[in-house]
Amino acid sequence: MGTNSVNRRDVVKATAAGLLAVPALGSLTSCATGGGEDTKAEKGEKTDKNPLGVKKDAGLQVYVFNGGYDDKYARFVSDMYEKQYTKAEVDQKRTERIATQVQPRIIKGDPPDVVNNSGAEMMSISKLVKNKQVSDVTELLDAPSWDDPDVKVRDTLVPGVVEMGQFGGDACYQLNIAQTVYGIWYSDRMLRDTLEAEYPKTWDDMLALCKKAKKKGLHGWTYPAGHPRYMFFSMYAMFGQAGGRKQLDAFDYLEPNAWKTDAVKQVFEAYEELLAKKYVLTGFDGKNAHIEAQTAWTKGKAVFIPDGSWVENEAKDTTPKDFGMRVGATPSLDKGDAMPFGTLYAPPGEPYIIPAKASNRQGGLEWMRMMYSKKAAVNLFHEVSSMPVVKGAIDGMKLPPGVESAQQAVKAAGDNIVIAFFKEWYADLWRVDFDAVVGKFMNGETSVKEAMNAMQKAADRTAEDPDVTKIKKS
Amino acid sequence: MKTETRPATGGQTSGKRPVGRTRASGGAAFALAVVLPPRFTPERVRNDRRYRTLDKYRFIVGFLALPLAFYAVFVISPFLQAIYYSFTDWAGGATANFVGFDNYVKMWNDERFWASLQSSLLLLVVVPLVTLALGIFFAYMITAGGRHRRGQAVSGVAGSSLYKIVYFFPQVLSIALIAVVWQQVYSSRSGLLNGLLGSVGLEGLEQRWLGGDYKLALFSTMAVIAWSFVGFYVVLFSAAMGAIPKDIYEAALLDGAGRAATFFRVTLPLIWDTVRTGWIYMGIQALDAFAVVLIMVPPHALKVTPVYLYERFREGQFGYATAIGVVLLVLSMVFTLIVMRIGRRDQIEY
Repeated sequence: MGTNSVNRRDVVKATAAGLLAVPALGSLTSCATGGGEDTKAEKGEKTDKNPLGVKKDAGLQVYVFNGGYDDKYARFVSDMYEKQYTKAEVDQKRTERIATQVQPRIIKGDPPDVVNNSGAEMMSISKLVKNKQVSDVTELLDAPSWDDPDVKVRDTLVPGVVEMGQFGGDACYQLNIAQTVYGIWYSDRMLRDTLEAEYPKTWDDMLALCKKAKKKGLHGWTYPAGHPRYMFFSMYAMFGQAGGRKQLDAFDYLEPNAWKTDAVKQVFEAYEELLAKKYVLTGFDGKNAHIEAQTAWTKGKAVFIPDGSWVENEAKDTTPKDFGMRVGATPSLDKGDAMPFGTLYAPPGEPYIIPAKASNRQGGLEWMRMMYSKKAAVNLFHEVSSMPVVKGAIDGMKLPPGVESAQQAVKAAGDNIVIAFFKEWYADLWRVDFDAVVGKFMNGETSVKEAMNAMQKAADRTAEDPDVTKIKKS
Repeated sequence: MKTETRPATGGQTSGKRPVGRTRASGGAAFALAVVLPPRFTPERVRNDRRYRTLDKYRFIVGFLALPLAFYAVFVISPFLQAIYYSFTDWAGGATANFVGFDNYVKMWNDERFWASLQSSLLLLVVVPLVTLALGIFFAYMITAGGRHRRGQAVSGVAGSSLYKIVYFFPQVLSIALIAVVWQQVYSSRSGLLNGLLGSVGLEGLEQRWLGGDYKLALFSTMAVIAWSFVGFYVVLFSAAMGAIPKDIYEAALLDGAGRAATFFRVTLPLIWDTVRTGWIYMGIQALDAFAVVLIMVPPHALKVTPVYLYERFREGQFGYATAIGVVLLVLSMVFTLIVMRIGRRDQIEY
């Protein structure tokens, strides 16, 4: 003992040697890409009562995004499942960070059976499809529905649900549960009593109405400048009206010069006029802008706001009782429009996926079949006041004014429902690029032409980026 | 393992026996001695000259092994993995194909990357200068800026101990909280800043601070980062200044040095090492700026490289994102080297 004479130099030397040995160690630790082994999915016998062949005692794990919807509506479905399969236990988890919680498990090959892939931290669905990490749910779509064995599940759903799950093929990888209606939101009372006007069906009427509002000291429009992409909620259907479905397809399939057409120009020019005439109440900046702008709107400072159907729930604390919240379809630009007034941007949302390697895949599909039952759809509506995608599920119920007008708008639109697929497929192009371009445009920093060029440039970049999985027209 | 045969240092002498004789039979016993305490080590091995070296390194390894293992697993190995992934097209799936320098070529041609890097580099250059200058100024006022009192060469301004605590407040708050609070302060319509300007008749200075204008957003971000870190440097530099012996100040005072001369000729050179360390640390903080920008600034107004990197991850472009991360790592290192280099001065011992 006591023969050690340790000096600083020796310690540094040993440390360095240790760290040099690390590369060897690094290669030993498992890499993130190390795939898992194939596990056999649990399966039971297919019967009339069990059309998907669920193994009755197999546990089921469900991950639900814990956002504005909470997870009570999903617990309702889990309870249904446990009641049907008394020996099975549903382990339902909620999280705000879907990607953090679920992505590593998907990569490892040990995923949950059902995942509500939603929220700011949702996983890129195109990447999941490309990596073959999600199941094709065609089997479920062709299975008999929960309420009526003679009707297939796919026939109980509103148009768009299946299409939203397809990524350039017939297979369907994603199931949405609630329909969002985008458009121009207003107060019926303000429109009728204060302005003594009807909802404008053409852009000229819109401008005239804004002029009238200005005389009464009101702004015609407002929008959250901190999230300028909200403008898309009123612009998108107008692109469709002006240019037809051909124009919208051109956006989706990143066709050359899709953003440089006359239709796009007309829509941008319409909003330029709105800005030039100072009809827009601005200055709601920062990350909380949508709440600030919505509050100014419910307090009657502006007549119209581009928004989605969640606004009724989100703004309910500041909305006066007799406000009469309504959504209107976007006005027509002129008589030569390719699609009529009433065209509505109303995509199904709140996506669910069944991971490809889910150990109880059949159970996951069955859980979704229950989600698409009338019972669960009505419960979903009660919990979150959103329109379920199950056809006619909430018909005849007493609805809040906003939802009721959204229902009417959907009915009025008929076949003219439009869906921006590129927004889902190339999230960046909408969330980052459209946001930046329209932000500058609405601030008056760029002209119509510059805005169109910038969008085209972003679309071209997306088309050329090898890291972006492209969806081809099927 | 190669053993050392250099003569032992230190007072004790041992290893009288020639090394050669024990080598044949000693190998196994020697290997065993690595794990045996000296008490149970055979005399023959203990008297071996090599045993001293073994005993010494065994001692060092004993207390370094665990922390080094942690460091290796949780710091070094992720770094190495990240460097590896930056040469692949990994998209979150089970496969990552090696693509050579494709990600770096893409970055070179990526306008959005360069735009974000411009913001990050401006932060890197300006923020440390402002923060450190303010920190040094406040610290100097606290330790040596006051009026001369009887019997003391230097003293702080009145209430200096209170200031020291107040300056430190922002450091106690989490950065996310700071970003949320300042977002409200900057709000165009309901913010404290525009409200204050309006109430004192300076309506002309009211701005849409985070409303989309790049320069304003950059300025606002710099102000928040500087504000949140300045207190830390006040405390750091006060401590460094407090360590300077009072008699140096007395000598300067006798020579007729004023406050400015005392600061530039005495204080600053004596705390230079601390300033340099602070500069490096603050530079890395400014180059990051992730939380403040992500939470406070709308992405269409301003984007720094770490936020751009985060967006690449969100889009599932893991390979490209890690390549950006590697570039940030290199940038931090280059910055550190430059500061070490230009900041090198003779050390003054006191």
